[in-house]
Amino acid sequence: MKATLSNSDYLRNFDRFISRLDFSDPDTLRIYSHPKWINVHPAVLALIVAMAMRAGKQNVMFENLTATSGSYLDRMGLFEFTQQKSPYTINKKEESGRFIPITVIKNSTEQSKFITDMVPLLHLPADKTDAIKYTIGELLRNVLEHAGSTAGAIVAAQYYKKSNTIRIGICDGGIGMKKSLQHYWASRSKTDIEAIKWAMVPGISGTTRKEGGTEDNAGAGLFFIKSIAQVARNYFMIYSGSGIYKLLLHDKRVEKPRLHPDPDDDRHSERNDAPYFQGTLVAIDLSLENKSEFTQLLSAIREVYGKAVRDRKRKKYKEPRFI
Amino acid sequence: MSMIIKMKDLAGDFAENKDVAKDLRVTKIMPALADGKEVVLDFSGVSGTTQSFIHALISEPIRQFRDVALEKMHHKNCSDVVKEVIKTVYEYMQESLDSGNYEK
Repeated sequence: MKATLSNSDYLRNFDRFISRLDFSDPDTLRIYSHPKWINVHPAVLALIVAMAMRAGKQNVMFENLTATSGSYLDRMGLFEFTQQKSPYTINKKEESGRFIPITVIKNSTEQSKFITDMVPLLHLPADKTDAIKYTIGELLRNVLEHAGSTAGAIVAAQYYKKSNTIRIGICDGGIGMKKSLQHYWASRSKTDIEAIKWAMVPGISGTTRKEGGTEDNAGAGLFFIKSIAQVARNYFMIYSGSGIYKLLLHDKRVEKPRLHPDPDDDRHSERNDAPYFQGTLVAIDLSLENKSEFTQLLSAIREVYGKAVRDRKRKKYKEPRFI
Repeated sequence: MSMIIKMKDLAGDFAENKDVAKDLRVTKIMPALADGKEVVLDFSGVSGTTQSFIHALISEPIRQFRDVALEKMHHKNCSDVVKEVIKTVYEYMQESLDSGNYEK
């Protein structure tokens, strides 16, 4: 396998990073990088760790790691997943370190501890952290329940002061979204991109054919996360198998971006020909500038969710037979 | 008779662990409702929660006991975030019950 880190691997340009991935030969991983500058989204690191776990620590090699900014990889803990030692010396107590290093979560107890422990790392006011805890909590739980990954969930995040944004990546090397939906929704998940989009529809869960879910799963998680990103006018991306769905930025002149139950109605890009990744990567940028409260956001999501359930119910009503 | 459940003691200040929610549902909420007791979920000290936590906590009581659960379950000291999430689950659960579109 091969991955190449560039000087601008953010969600806006994520297709470029993905097009350079090579998942052939799963027993080795070679990581190439820009010789002078490395700038990567935490989702890139989460994905590389998933690849490194598949290859085995001793089979991961960095090539031409010369950029001084590569110390970020050390700061985020990437070298803990490789045999190779870090060539960098970093001061771990620098004030700028508002980040959550790469962490592997294997069960709900570890998840709860992680969510409690991560907030102080970000040095953010308490009222700004609800959306972050919500997003990470739901995405981690999705991995633990649906991904079928024995290695667990890989999470990393970074706060960017200039844009007042937190960028989050969560990845697993599990069965992928298509397989996760196959049992109950085979006809709606024939391709990876179909599966990704169907999983975002309100009330659709991989654990039941019934819309509305079971006692343990409502099928609402990804719809909520997508909506949180949408209202905050930020990127949200899912990469699984060969499919990629990316929510694009809303025009800032639009005061309130409209939430849609059908992901096809959102301003997005999609493809189903990406290098095949066995697992799922979810990446999200959350702006903390958003003036509307998290409660208002939840209220807006509730209205759209309720309407989606009602509309789908109406579609199943039987028509009177006029003869 | 009412049963008071202090959520913070069990779920922490951000309630997201669905295993905790499921355990509370199975061992406390469902038996209490079956006995005709009132259930008070006290969210004092809980700043927020996730939809999947609240779903795992109260969707099955609503599905199984319907109006009894809706009348006998009470939510106390909720933050605005917790209130919004509970309102969401109440709304879609009642929609689902109306349509018979929910399976155990």
